[in-house]
Amino acid sequence: MNALIEQFVQVLAAGLTAGAIYGLTCVGLALIFGIMRVINFAQGDFIMVGMYLTVWIASRLGIFGDVAPFISALLVAPLMFTAGAALHRFLISRTTGLRAVGLSGDGHQAQLILTLGVALILQNGALIVMGSSPVSIVSHLSSSAWEIPLLIDEDSTLFLNQARTLAALVSVVVAMGLFRLIRSTELGKSLRAAADNPEAATYVGIDVSRAHRIAFGLGAAIAGVAGGLLVLTTPAQPFVGTDYIIIMYAGVVLGGIGSITGAFWGGMVIGLVQQISTLVLPLQLQNATVFLVFVLILLLRPQGLFGRSAERA
Amino acid sequence: MQNRPLTPTLVLLAALALGWIALSYCTASPYYILLLTLVPIWALLGVSWNLFSGYSGLISFGHGAFFGLGAYAVMIGLTRFNLSPWFGLPLAGVLGALAGAAIGWPTFRLRGNYFALAMLAYPLMMAYFTGWAGYQELSVPLHREAPVWFMQFTDTHAYVLIAVVLLLSGVLISLAVERSRFGMSLMAMKQNELAAEAAGIDTRLWKLRAMMISGAIAAIAGGLYAVVVLVVTPSSVFGLVVSAQAMILVMFGGAGTIWGPLIGAAVLVPLGETLQANLGAILPGIQGVLYGVAVIAVVLIAPEGIYWKLRDQRRTAHIERPAPPPPAAVETIAATAQGEMLLEIDGLGKFFGGVAAVQGLTFSVREHEVLGIIGPNGAGKTTLFNLLCGVVTPSTGSIRYAGQSIGGLAPNRIARLRIGRTFQVVRAFPRMSVLENVVVGAYAHHATDADAWNAAARAVEQVGLTPYASAAAGSLTNRELRLMELARALAGNPRLLLLDEPLAGLSASDTDELIAVVRRLPSQGITVAIIEHTMQAMVGLVDRFVVLDQGQLLADGLPADVMRQRAVIEAYLGRNWEAKDAAA
Repeated sequence: MNALIEQFVQVLAAGLTAGAIYGLTCVGLALIFGIMRVINFAQGDFIMVGMYLTVWIASRLGIFGDVAPFISALLVAPLMFTAGAALHRFLISRTTGLRAVGLSGDGHQAQLILTLGVALILQNGALIVMGSSPVSIVSHLSSSAWEIPLLIDEDSTLFLNQARTLAALVSVVVAMGLFRLIRSTELGKSLRAAADNPEAATYVGIDVSRAHRIAFGLGAAIAGVAGGLLVLTTPAQPFVGTDYIIIMYAGVVLGGIGSITGAFWGGMVIGLVQQISTLVLPLQLQNATVFLVFVLILLLRPQGLFGRSAERA
Repeated sequence: MQNRPLTPTLVLLAALALGWIALSYCTASPYYILLLTLVPIWALLGVSWNLFSGYSGLISFGHGAFFGLGAYAVMIGLTRFNLSPWFGLPLAGVLGALAGAAIGWPTFRLRGNYFALAMLAYPLMMAYFTGWAGYQELSVPLHREAPVWFMQFTDTHAYVLIAVVLLLSGVLISLAVERSRFGMSLMAMKQNELAAEAAGIDTRLWKLRAMMISGAIAAIAGGLYAVVVLVVTPSSVFGLVVSAQAMILVMFGGAGTIWGPLIGAAVLVPLGETLQANLGAILPGIQGVLYGVAVIAVVLIAPEGIYWKLRDQRRTAHIERPAPPPPAAVETIAATAQGEMLLEIDGLGKFFGGVAAVQGLTFSVREHEVLGIIGPNGAGKTTLFNLLCGVVTPSTGSIRYAGQSIGGLAPNRIARLRIGRTFQVVRAFPRMSVLENVVVGAYAHHATDADAWNAAARAVEQVGLTPYASAAAGSLTNRELRLMELARALAGNPRLLLLDEPLAGLSASDTDELIAVVRRLPSQGITVAIIEHTMQAMVGLVDRFVVLDQGQLLADGLPADVMRQRAVIEAYLGRNWEAKDAAA
């Protein structure tokens, strides 16, 4: 019995730490969707790019020791922001807003396909540039754990992987910083206004296309940071983004499409489900359970578990 | 698309097929023969995608699910059960169709991008399951004792032949679908699902059929792929690139035409394979990059694909508009005797959340009557129509039509009971001709396609659009579009016709013409209910007015009586007017 409890607490902790990072990835996707109504297919590949960038920067910051990967992950943010904003400026914006008039589904279909093209280029471009062998950060944090005694009996201990736990904490801090930015700053207000009613926002003097550009950049930056935190425990390879696409979509849909805080909790739930399922299912089916959850949510409760109801048309 | 000749298309297809096979005999290089086999295989996958997504407009990111299922079915048949691919391929087709039904039925509840995303989950899920089941890599066992029985030809030209024959079959199936009520129903859905339902099309059933045929074709393509390339892994057949490729080939060539997947595969597959062969060693992902660039270029430059871009350029050069017909002589129409009760509405209400859109409505419509339903914006007029058509289900009350309760029936079922409707915003299919636009409304009520075309031609004549019958709907004026939509509803041979603001956006003279057409309808046995928010144009047209305000019935009676009622004046003009009136 005690062994079972120990195992469960262990899985719960793993779920919470994984869930916090997934939550952050979901926040990035939800930000883009919530403000621009664009489903970004390439978001998973932004994570992949963030992973490679972090590995590359960390290898040049050796003097910072164990903290180097975390600094690198945060340094990825401005790079990804710039890249995301540029991508929006030169590609995505050409199928949104006024230019989308006359395209089927107001250009949403065009955007989805466009971001699919970006995803293919990023994945295969990474294969060309980085090769197919997995790359990871060698840090002794990744292989050491805090041991926390459980009070149920003498030798039950909870092992917390240090890298993973720190990454989860950083994720929570970054996500909270973003919520603050959206809620309480001028910039956040203009982003929300542009999301709620682009036309009315234009009339009160908000540059909607700039707001969209910033949202897309922020979304990319968050994906980059999340990638940087993931690479501490998961090796980077060119097609790793695909694994995260469904996790992210599942989390965002679970949290209620359009709700940024809901997305974080959605990601958290996905992390928990994924880890807890390992108690009963073989490891290879870990991601299959996430897909199953994803399809079930879409079918049974498309408005999400936490968020307000969203239009499904 | 009945009125387009079929023979040239068939001749061209046969010539292409023979040409392709002849081309394969020009080379003995195994590499080029493999390439000449892969192009028709990927084209077949494209045909499958096009059959579903191209015509229905529902984007599928998950056709890899069917392709991979077929590949694994053939492979497992071969390795575990010694089953010949000659039987494995048809088996793959059956499994693909079943998978299409199993995937489609729940997923059709979603629309737009949500449908596309949910479809993405299926192949990825199947990839994990095949990996877990221990099929990480399957290769074809050699059968030297019976090579032909196991499709292991020493002369690999045979593969080209098989691939081309299968592709040709796939294209012919598409062609049959495209030219029948099947394809027309899908295309109607693509333009406007609600309008299609209102025309009596059971959209979910057609989608399901399309998905099953599409799944079968994709699975056969996957099975043949396995036979040709000899090795399958979960990522090579279920991977994102497979699903993406199905879509990209078609989008590149042009969706919604049989030529789209053929053009896409003929251009992109050889280009990708050649790049891969020449640069693959130093640039391993070059093929994927090419597909990414191709799809971005298509979305930015020719969002509808090469075929439509070329066709539109050629067409716009010489669009002819027939001369307008001479104005019809003004005819006086004898009032038709009104008959039995056709529609009886009792205590009808609809609540959205706590808000009552309509509440406690009770009125009836007699056969051969023209009823005007008026009321200010937000009075609940369109909700009333949506209730009558089954778009929304009533919260309270009953609707009886010809003695039968119809509250809560599906829209297409109600349309089959001969209740037709038009929409506030005209939904035309711009590339289709006027006659083709109209025939969509006729299918549900006519058993054979020939009958449907005849009914469509009659309806076009009824509204006076015969001179424009073969003009593209995209070239019509607003007046002509309204008439065309009326014809589409008439083609369904309605007994009760619901017109939702048919006069919106028309000039005074256009209005007169439309009214003249509507006024003739009762004498043809059609009962009409018209929504408008202005009374003026309708006074001479209708027999009776029903006035709604804030979801409730305000007045019901002859035009002259209704217009004198205080409550009506108040609803329309406000209390001040009434006060002024009293003072005078």
